[in-house]
Amino acid sequence: MSNIAPILAGLEQSQIRTDLPAFRVGDTVAVHYRIVEGDKQRIQVFRGTVIKRHRAGTRGTFTVRKVSFNVGVERIFVTHSPRIEKVELVSRGVVRRARLYYLRNLSGKAARIKDAKDR
Amino acid sequence: MNQYPGVIGRKVGMTQIFNADGTVVPCTVVEARPVVVAKRTQAQDGYDAIVLGIGERKEKHTSKPLAGFFKKQNVSPRRSLRELRCPAEYAAKYEVGQEVRLDEVFSEGQFVDVQGVSIGRGFSGVMRRHNFKGQSQTHGTHEYERHGGAIGTNMTPGRTLPGMKMPGQHGNRTLSVLNQRVVKVIPDQNLLLIRGGIPGSRNSLVVVRGAIKRRGGMPKSA
Repeated sequence: MSNIAPILAGLEQSQIRTDLPAFRVGDTVAVHYRIVEGDKQRIQVFRGTVIKRHRAGTRGTFTVRKVSFNVGVERIFVTHSPRIEKVELVSRGVVRRARLYYLRNLSGKAARIKDAKDR
Repeated sequence: MNQYPGVIGRKVGMTQIFNADGTVVPCTVVEARPVVVAKRTQAQDGYDAIVLGIGERKEKHTSKPLAGFFKKQNVSPRRSLRELRCPAEYAAKYEVGQEVRLDEVFSEGQFVDVQGVSIGRGFSGVMRRHNFKGQSQTHGTHEYERHGGAIGTNMTPGRTLPGMKMPGQHGNRTLSVLNQRVVKVIPDQNLLLIRGGIPGSRNSLVVVRGAIKRRGGMPKSA
């Protein structure tokens, strides 16, 4: 946010959501995402591990990874998107990296993340 | 000629905003707070136009002829001036010295044309200027890696055809981008949000007018 014009910073500030919990890389979250199909809309929950947070004000995103029927699924969400109904913080994890891409190469027990509670 | 209402402004930069339905709209922010500095009339000049000015110009940077002009118009010196041709009825709505408010000129959802001077890249080779591929970096290529290759044939026609893409000045040209949608008008801050990119670097001067190929680009209901 430091090197952009103050006008843009002001514009972006007004778009930032403050109702989301402060989750970090390694945490397990459940993202309640509003999906619009035609004139119907429903809420879909995507639950998984946050493997990346791209912190860039309103333009920021975060990536959630889960393994569904033995297939790894990753989804990138725009952090401040109004389509995110809410983000539930399921558990906090202990990790040493900012980007958990190494999880893609691991499976089963090896792909677990230490829970902050057990520390 | 584009005679639709318009303003001159300063390109602030790009950002993105969320639509009501949550889609992300990339947009360019233009700050425009123009003042009518002078008018051209059919009787006196042979055409009708308003002269808009933006920015501030310090007294020491104002040449004496220009200072005289501003004094005559009773307007404080402005950094940039542009004439916008318009119908006489439109010019009659504005007084010299009056500020042009953005919400009078544009509405959300309208289409506009934006003119600006593209970012100058100087004398550039064909790879940057025309997106040529260049040559192989290996297989014995020697001092020919960023060249354009052949520019013509030998006997027939025996000359290089006109318009051949070659190195040269790239950018720093006046360009217009047509039919860009106005995403948002914020008159309190004199800001205009235009969907997509517009020519020019940050802080450069841009001219925003109603879209010429869409009858001024006003929404259908209006």
